[in-house]
Amino acid sequence: MAEFALPANSKIGVGETYKAPAGAKNIRTFKVYRWTPEDGKNPKVDTYEVDMDTCGPMVLDALIKIKNEIDSSLTFRRSCREGVCGSCAMNIDGTNTLACTKFIDEVKGDIKIYPLPHMPVVRDLVPDLNVPYAQLTSIEPWLKSSTQPPTRERLQSPEERAKLDGLWECILCFCCSTSCPSYWWNGERYLGPAILLQAYRWIADSRDEAKGERLDNLEDPFRLYRCHTIMNCTKTCPKSLNPAKAIAEIKKLMVERTI
Amino acid sequence: MSVANRPVHRPLSPHLQVYRPQLTSVLSILHRATGIALSVGALYLATWVVFAAASPSTYATFQGFNGSIVGRFVLGGWLFSLFFHLFNGIRHLFWDMGYGFEIKEAYRSGWIVVVAALVATAASWIVGLRLV
Repeated sequence: MAEFALPANSKIGVGETYKAPAGAKNIRTFKVYRWTPEDGKNPKVDTYEVDMDTCGPMVLDALIKIKNEIDSSLTFRRSCREGVCGSCAMNIDGTNTLACTKFIDEVKGDIKIYPLPHMPVVRDLVPDLNVPYAQLTSIEPWLKSSTQPPTRERLQSPEERAKLDGLWECILCFCCSTSCPSYWWNGERYLGPAILLQAYRWIADSRDEAKGERLDNLEDPFRLYRCHTIMNCTKTCPKSLNPAKAIAEIKKLMVERTI
Repeated sequence: MSVANRPVHRPLSPHLQVYRPQLTSVLSILHRATGIALSVGALYLATWVVFAAASPSTYATFQGFNGSIVGRFVLGGWLFSLFFHLFNGIRHLFWDMGYGFEIKEAYRSGWIVVVAALVATAASWIVGLRLV
């Protein structure tokens, strides 16, 4: 059942303010969600003034600068810093995206940074992604075949291979799933856009022989059909993929196999 | 980290509180809201018929309410709900067939639905008043 308000332990308070160093002329203000399991207190939003003359252009640059120079306790995931690993997915300026590919200049006013929405928080900007990963496991994201393996590679025509474009590029950052109100309200039972896009990636693969079994596993009021085509997923995807379209293709296949 | 070691009091990260409203989500929730409004509106219509069947004076009372500012707001809202839900329902039918999933297309169809619903509401309001 949908709970629109935050639980009592999740309500967000006002935190510290860290002023920019004297003499800084080009200042941007970052408001960052903070929570630590250690002190037993509620989450808060800390305010950091950052001198942009000594900071890189991306939101991730600012976060790293804050961690290096202002507050070393600030916790976030990051790795590749070029939009291929999906680690630094977070809610920036009201929508989910990757901190490493989001320009600070794109944000007007204060830059507000929260963890991916409606997830349990491990610390600061680090969400607990155990549920989505378990859901990924549940769709068995690997090639399944029951026939004798060929003696060489499994071949695909260029047309068959083209069907996987827009699907294989997903980096599993979960920006889309955590932007989806349906996933917010039914995240334990609805698989969410990221996982359904992955499911379709295997359903659409000409080499896979478990299409029927895969569709059977998805044919469920919650696992697939909590998608109401809200399209927040496609709107927010930092890789410009289209999970809403992939889900619609699964729904079409469900209908096609019954007629 | 194993499930057993996980602290039980993890806070939930903010969602509605911080997520920017946008055409995609706003029209989706409006579709649901107008659907509910239509159901309530059907009850309103049934009440209207009951009042009409009871006596001329009860009918006049109901009509008096319909003509009031609140009554006009209710009827206007119901009319808008009807057209919005209808047009957005057609938009959903295209989605069900696999069309219109690019963000540009979804925004264009969304705005078309909003404008069409407003125009149809105004037009039927004007035509309705002419017929009275």
